[in-house]
Amino acid sequence: MREHILQWPEDAGKLDALHSGDIVYLSGTIYTARDAAHRRFVSLLQAGEGTPVDLRDSAIFYAGPSPCLPGHVCGSIGPTTSSRMEIYKEDMMKAGMKLMIGKGSSDPGLPALCQRYGAAYLVAMGGVAALTAHCIRSMETVAWPELGAEAVRRLTVERLPLVVIDDIYGNDYFIDLAQKCE
Amino acid sequence: MRAIHVDEIRAAVRKLCIDANLYLPSDVTAALENLSKKENSPLTEMCLTQFRANREVAAAEGLALCQDTGTAVVFIELGQEVQICGGLLTDAVQQGVADGYRDGYLRKSIVTALSRINTEDNTPAVIHLRLVAGEHLLIRVLPKGGGAENMSRMAMLKPSAGVEGVCDFVVDTVKLAGANPCPPVIVGVGIGGNFESAPILAKQALMREIGSRNPDPELDELEQKLLMRINQLNIGVQGFGGPDTALAVFLESMPCHFASLPVAVNLNCHVARHQQVIL
Ligand code: SF4
Repeated sequence: MREHILQWPEDAGKLDALHSGDIVYLSGTIYTARDAAHRRFVSLLQAGEGTPVDLRDSAIFYAGPSPCLPGHVCGSIGPTTSSRMEIYKEDMMKAGMKLMIGKGSSDPGLPALCQRYGAAYLVAMGGVAALTAHCIRSMETVAWPELGAEAVRRLTVERLPLVVIDDIYGNDYFIDLAQKCE
Repeated sequence: MRAIHVDEIRAAVRKLCIDANLYLPSDVTAALENLSKKENSPLTEMCLTQFRANREVAAAEGLALCQDTGTAVVFIELGQEVQICGGLLTDAVQQGVADGYRDGYLRKSIVTALSRINTEDNTPAVIHLRLVAGEHLLIRVLPKGGGAENMSRMAMLKPSAGVEGVCDFVVDTVKLAGANPCPPVIVGVGIGGNFESAPILAKQALMREIGSRNPDPELDELEQKLLMRINQLNIGVQGFGGPDTALAVFLESMPCHFASLPVAVNLNCHVARHQQVIL
């Protein structure tokens, strides 16, 4: 288990240094997207149209924050279950998405997809959303504001603590753990 | 007869929604703090430290403990000697939920089931109303996040499956859920009744105090056994491995048809929120 500091998207070429089980402190620019936004992203991609956010080398945070208190940058924010986005992941990776940030088990095909597209799945801690709000330096809604908490937001994050589940070598922390146990 | 005005109910529900989302019940906090007293893996230690810091930030800044402030589940015990005046009880509860989610800056996560249109005020709450003896009105609010709720399961087992079958179903549910329900979880199990009763029993079970014993000796013994089996699954805090997959297993049971053995398992995450008030 090693610790890494990543600046995004500048360090998008450095995913080869990450291994499942490593800790990452992520800074830079990432985008939120949940179920509804993914549906829209992928229908645009499949129609051959442009997306409101350039997905090349993007980091997508499966998250929908609580409303922002006056004087705050962001409300409580944290990961949602990533496996719900399963059917969208390959299209997003084809469009250039490199980092998925969420919570929970990976779906069965994910290790192979991460290997094929050189992408990684990292988890943020679930249920620590007030604390995680402190890592958000700026927040701006960049697409589909009518989706409310599910709109796409551009976040500037600072030292967001994450754990690598799927690295680009086809390893998966949770699958390895379950196998060790059996 | 005792009269309770709907305005009082509405205000109470508003406050319960906000408080439940900002402050963990003390038994849950104590159970999480207990985990820190042992030797833990570095990842588990990192989680537990963040859990503690999160509680402190939430309380100090008035932020929700989790961004998923859930479906508002409201359990009401209405004494038969109470007369509700000024309007409808359920309207007052729904208005109180809308007030609380608006004023507490809590996330509005409720959408229409098929067209997925947000209702904008986190209503409708799910209300369970029970008439009881007496002159009191008890209101319990349990904000229930989607992550743990989605991992819950229900089955109509064959009676031949017996106690063994029920236990296997419970353990399998936690195993299948893996890291998704934000472990350490609380496992609520409803056994018996009909198709609709078991899940309600399971949800009710989630509000029992951690550390309390089941008054039924058979269920009490099963709870201890199940907790041991679940904590051998090596899912651990946030799924990173280790012996702390569940904080507690709570069973509730009622008689059922002799052809049936309904069992429901409702999981709650480590942010196991609930607050109550008696009016
Ligand atoms: S399962 Fe609980 S702690 Fe995890 S994201 Fe959902 S509400 Fe929050």
